[in-house]
Amino acid sequence: MAARDLLTNTPAGLYCPEGDFHVDPVRAVPRALITHGHSDHARAGHGAVLATRETLAIMALRYGPQFAKVEQVARYGEPQTIGGVKVTFRPAGHVLGSAQILVEREGCRIVVSGDYKRERDPTCAPFEPVRCDIFITEATFALPVFRHPPAAREIERLLQSRALFPERAHMVGAYGLGKAQRVMGLLREAGYDRPIYMHGAVEKITGYYLREGIPLGEVRKVTAADRGKLAGEIVICPPSSLNDLWSRKFPDPVNAFASGWMRIKARARQRGVELPLVISDHADWDDLCATILETQCREVWVTHGQEDALVHWAQSAGLRARPLHLAGYGDEEEAATPGEESPEAAP
Amino acid sequence: MNRFAELLDRLAYEPSRNAKLRLLTDYFRTTPDPDRGYALAALTGALSFKHAKPALIRTLIAGRTDPVLFGLSYDYVGDLSETVALMWPAPRAHGEPGHNRPPPPSLSDIVETLHRTGKTQLPAQLAEWLDELDEAGRWALLKLITGAMRIGVSARLAKTAIAALGDRQPNDVEHIWHGLTPPYLDLFAWVEGRAEAPQSENPAPFRPPMLSHALEEVDFASISPDEFAAEWKWDGIRVQASAGYDSGGRYLARLYSRTGEDISAAFPDLLDAMREDNFGEAAVDGELLILIDGRVQPFGVLQQRLNRKSVSAKLVGEFPAHIRVYDLLAESGEDLRPLHFEQRRKRLEAFMARNGNPRFDLSPLVPFADRDALAAARRDPAGAGAGADAEAVEGVMLKRLDSIYVPGRPKGPWFKWKRDPYAVDAVLMYAQRGHGKRSSFYSDFTFGVWRGEELVPVGKAYFGFTDAELIELDKFVRNHTVNRFGPVREVTHEKDQGLVLEIAFEGLNRSTRHKSGVAMRFPRIARIRWDKGPRDADRLETLEALIGAAR
Repeated sequence: MAARDLLTNTPAGLYCPEGDFHVDPVRAVPRALITHGHSDHARAGHGAVLATRETLAIMALRYGPQFAKVEQVARYGEPQTIGGVKVTFRPAGHVLGSAQILVEREGCRIVVSGDYKRERDPTCAPFEPVRCDIFITEATFALPVFRHPPAAREIERLLQSRALFPERAHMVGAYGLGKAQRVMGLLREAGYDRPIYMHGAVEKITGYYLREGIPLGEVRKVTAADRGKLAGEIVICPPSSLNDLWSRKFPDPVNAFASGWMRIKARARQRGVELPLVISDHADWDDLCATILETQCREVWVTHGQEDALVHWAQSAGLRARPLHLAGYGDEEEAATPGEESPEAAP
Repeated sequence: MNRFAELLDRLAYEPSRNAKLRLLTDYFRTTPDPDRGYALAALTGALSFKHAKPALIRTLIAGRTDPVLFGLSYDYVGDLSETVALMWPAPRAHGEPGHNRPPPPSLSDIVETLHRTGKTQLPAQLAEWLDELDEAGRWALLKLITGAMRIGVSARLAKTAIAALGDRQPNDVEHIWHGLTPPYLDLFAWVEGRAEAPQSENPAPFRPPMLSHALEEVDFASISPDEFAAEWKWDGIRVQASAGYDSGGRYLARLYSRTGEDISAAFPDLLDAMREDNFGEAAVDGELLILIDGRVQPFGVLQQRLNRKSVSAKLVGEFPAHIRVYDLLAESGEDLRPLHFEQRRKRLEAFMARNGNPRFDLSPLVPFADRDALAAARRDPAGAGAGADAEAVEGVMLKRLDSIYVPGRPKGPWFKWKRDPYAVDAVLMYAQRGHGKRSSFYSDFTFGVWRGEELVPVGKAYFGFTDAELIELDKFVRNHTVNRFGPVREVTHEKDQGLVLEIAFEGLNRSTRHKSGVAMRFPRIARIRWDKGPRDADRLETLEALIGAAR
């Protein structure tokens, strides 16, 4: 069959008519395959949800145990058949439990990558390139100005700043699912052994990471009484807390923000960030291009982000490429308030 | 170059003025001559390299990268230097073991080489430096040569940091500044106490202006005619005209913008009018306006004369410049700034009576009996003495009678009370990504009002909204794009689908450039009307009626 008929673009998101399922739908559908737990990809209210055990657990933590009528577990590398279509989840390296989904039928192979990155991450399984005919990729950082430095170097800058200003608290804005825990894990890898403090909004997911055995060391929730006493400590909080009253109660706080956007000065300044840390859970420009080539695909579909640039590059590289213009993705990171539902789920 | 790059980088992220000042002072204290002097020159806009233009940088990057990818990246980042610094492909040799790269050039190397290098050698020289420097260094280099720092450091702040090196006042530095040249060895020697003050006193110095706060509800109660004088707030450009004798006895006149930029070259008509026999040795503070047949012209006309390095005789003839004076800062070598407003005003009136030059006139006081009378004057300037010039009045200024002239924006002595803005509901039609602070968000909005059954664009606005509203607007644009024209996105604008914006603006002019025939002055987004549908937006007739009312 033609690969293009295997998955089609609908207002609810990518849809497979043969298997009668959607992938990461932006509105409630009877059957959804979910790549990872970020709120723009994993929404509540579907009939049946097929996702990794970790993603299902994260959805239950965020939306409550009744987030879907039926939950089905997908294991990395184990194919399942849905209505004559073979689907296999493979690690995407984005956050804990994140997956790419390989959809196959009659020799046609399409990979829906979801969000992904290639840089090593102590908190999740690494991305595995999957050979395919059509690769569906994100494009969050798909401009050649985005080249993420090694995350360890950025953590080193955070530690240097802490050494320079021992009388100040270092507030690190980080998205609540994935980035917050990765920063904690990276700090431990860099040998930082003091307790790491966290905002209450980060607690639930961090607790889950700890229960899953991810080595994050001693992590403490900040209490109201603590705040004034945390000079010299590192505090992980949602980015939205950086500029609110909550963070002003800390001793002369230094605003840091861990995000790929911090590469652009205006973005850091827009948020009043003093210490921008370029740490991203998305592939940068070089990794997006390299990954597309590694999959040996003939065709690239680009979902959300800077579609134009990636489509142009792929076409220059001799591949067929088109933007999907899916609406509703990228909202969690833009709005930067973890656990909050994006107000607009319509195209 | 690395230290300068690091300074710029840290300044760019530092929100607090005091912390910026500390960073600058530390840098000047610990950096040797002549590097620090060139850094000061860069920060105060005193350097210019005649062959290094943005076009050259575009050519260089075009030779190294895909032009489409560059275009998209520039559109996203919103800053040419930053885009090139981030995108510049690192040369192969960087990663090769055993390859000893030369140390990156120093700031002085770069500045001195740039002054020596001819137009033909410049591209190769720049490319070599871009290869040698890291990202931060590349960014600093490109900012340096294009002269557009935009890191939130004014010339004034840099001079304040210099003053702080020794026990000097910023105004002491300001006073001798215009006679100095980079790398300012004599200036540093003086502030560090190693030498006398440079003997290059500027005979026609710039004196930093005193600024006002917007009048708020709570301030209004304190306004009374016993303590405050009122003046019209003119819709022009704040300028300072300054003149005096140099050490050789030569008479010299200069015109400065509000920020201390010397704009004399663009206003030869005013400079000619400042003569020994009428203006003398003095400095006045006033509003630059265009007067034709004795009437103040709209701001749109004044714009013809602004932002020019020089000016043609034709333009001078067509749009004669004029200064409406409201303060006298110095006269015959005497600094009048320590005097109270009331006393300065008397001196000013006497000065203007002697002056007699038609290019200068006195901005009248607006007498008022009480607060109600003041409010009435603001509402109806024509009826309160502004006469035919009422259109050029954008409110009233209130100055304490006992206020001394203090540089900066002290709270309390001076208030501006602008007239209420006009407002219309318009429909969002097109959006484009912004530059500078708003870069990478859809933040330039074109909006329209109804003419019959169609929407016609009436203006563009790129501020007025909060950061939170910007995120909402950006999201709306991305989710409701119906068409793309290069960087411009067309956004849904049907009768029952689209976004209504409440636009506030200061005035309306007829325009042949816009399809709608009207042009707004200073439009901004006052509110997002999520509650309204496009069919409820205003009609063009409403705007046309406003033009009629204003005339």
